[in-house]
Amino acid sequence: MDLGDYFSMVFSDYTLRTITLGTAILGAVCGMLGSFAVLRKQSLLGDAISHAALPGIAIAFLITGAKDSNVLLIGALVSGMIGTFWIRGIVSKTHLKSDTALGLILSLFFGFGMLLLTYIQKQPNANQAGLDKYLFGQAATLLESDVWMMAIATSACLVVLLLFWKEFKILLFDADYTKTLGFNTRFIDILITSFIVLAIVLGLQTVGVVLMSAMLLAPAAAARQWTNSLGVMVFLAAIFGAFAGVFGTAISASQNNLSTGPVIVLVAGVFVVFSFIFSPNRGLLFKQIRISKNRRDLKLYKTLAFMHNIAEDHEDISHPHTIKILNNFQGFTKKSLQKLVELDFVILQGNMWSLTEKGFKKAENLYNQQSHTHE
Amino acid sequence: MNKIAVKVDDLTVAYNYKPVLWDIDLEIPEGVLMAIVGPNGAGKSTLIKAILGILDPLAGSVEIYGKPYKKQRSLVAYVPQKGSVDWDFPTTAIDVVMMGTYGSLGWIRRPRQKQKKASLEALEKVGMLSFKNRQISQLSGGQQQRIFLARALVQDASIYFMDEPFQGVDATTEVTIINILKELRKQNKTVIVVHHDLQTVPEYFDWVTFLNVKKIATGPVKDIFNDDNLTKTYGINYKVSIQE
Repeated sequence: MDLGDYFSMVFSDYTLRTITLGTAILGAVCGMLGSFAVLRKQSLLGDAISHAALPGIAIAFLITGAKDSNVLLIGALVSGMIGTFWIRGIVSKTHLKSDTALGLILSLFFGFGMLLLTYIQKQPNANQAGLDKYLFGQAATLLESDVWMMAIATSACLVVLLLFWKEFKILLFDADYTKTLGFNTRFIDILITSFIVLAIVLGLQTVGVVLMSAMLLAPAAAARQWTNSLGVMVFLAAIFGAFAGVFGTAISASQNNLSTGPVIVLVAGVFVVFSFIFSPNRGLLFKQIRISKNRRDLKLYKTLAFMHNIAEDHEDISHPHTIKILNNFQGFTKKSLQKLVELDFVILQGNMWSLTEKGFKKAENLYNQQSHTHE
Repeated sequence: MNKIAVKVDDLTVAYNYKPVLWDIDLEIPEGVLMAIVGPNGAGKSTLIKAILGILDPLAGSVEIYGKPYKKQRSLVAYVPQKGSVDWDFPTTAIDVVMMGTYGSLGWIRRPRQKQKKASLEALEKVGMLSFKNRQISQLSGGQQQRIFLARALVQDASIYFMDEPFQGVDATTEVTIINILKELRKQNKTVIVVHHDLQTVPEYFDWVTFLNVKKIATGPVKDIFNDDNLTKTYGINYKVSIQE
């Protein structure tokens, strides 16, 4: 099956439709919540939470002996939450900084989870095969009931987001100030964090423990490049996330069932790279173009100002001067002179130049204009 | 004597083991412009934050017009240090000012026309109306400070706490802030400002508190702003530099 087949089958084939819908919803909810994680500078929290979920999955399996994904995800939820609270506890009770706490909890929980996984694999229970799919995710195992779960969780998240939009926004921008207005910042904080944990847990089956945080961060980082409005950013991040989910699944399904998680994350990564280079205001490309253009303009005006200086000494401003005079001036090139002629600021006659009325006026106002536009 | 706007009793704050503020008693009369001065690490910002409940004090209580602070929040507005937030946050100037109305709106309710109008008026007062739709990262430091000031103004409070509003601002902003302080005093509002520049204290303020972990002195500038208190607060021979 190639990509074309995939897209022609996606509407008719039940399994494909389920998987695609699942990854799209997952991408959207992760994008939305990821925006908050990024703006709170808690990008790594997602990584810690997802790794911390692994032992929960293993323990849930050991207790129930069944591979029911809902039960396993509840285990993931519990251990993800425990990990989050431990991180908070470490930061508030010790001198350790949050990056240390995150790293510590992440590796401790993940290590413990891996230990349990290898232990489970040595068990005679035939049911144990496939638990390791939670490491890198496998969208192919999504069932319709899983997708329903995601849809319900996403709707709940959307409702809460719309209700508490104002509170989320002000907490993200200025938490101390929010407190002085009488809002319970702890409540808002826990609300945001809980939804982030929920989104991560929902994504474990599809994207996996190891790469889940990229699912949260990549769409948000890409979206930030295109807008200066929080609302638009969250919306765009949801769209990017959904597309990454769909394309990632499509590629993974059409290429011999590659691991879905890595493919989705790579697609999201492509969005990030594209956004960082090509977005109009913050993108590297246009920024570079703007900088070079500004520098070129400045050089040109510098030359013009120099000419103006010379012309000023004569009664007739269009009195011709030899080009040689300009050679002493650093910024001058043949090309810039040509450009000034094109702009109708200067007239060239043989090896003599003279300022036009327009050029003289322009040069006269240069300094004022410059300082004006920089205000 | 005027009514007491802010009354602080036995306020003590500690980070880990070390007390940052020790046993502060303070009575601030209504209608004064008060500077809080003291060396670095004297606990000036901490005092404001503890009064506003941003930090949990170890001990002590705060009353606003005779009632506990928690019941009187709506009477109090806060201008945090400019550097305390990330100005690359995706939002506009008017949006930040509008946050000042969130407290009176309460949970869930969104700002409407009335709040928008009040915010625009506040922007105009600080001379930033033409920047209302500007992305906040594109504002200069002084302009950002004025946005914070407008956000507090829109709260329409009786008592204003400002944390170093003059820190690193341009001349236009400094003049704007001073005019607004005067305006607030005219309306009999109480303003408490953490201030660094001792030279300007007698000019801008009528009340002063000297702080260095403990309260050294508090009272009218004309009575207590003297070498004795400066030396007690800043250490030996501080008067030399202030008297130039």
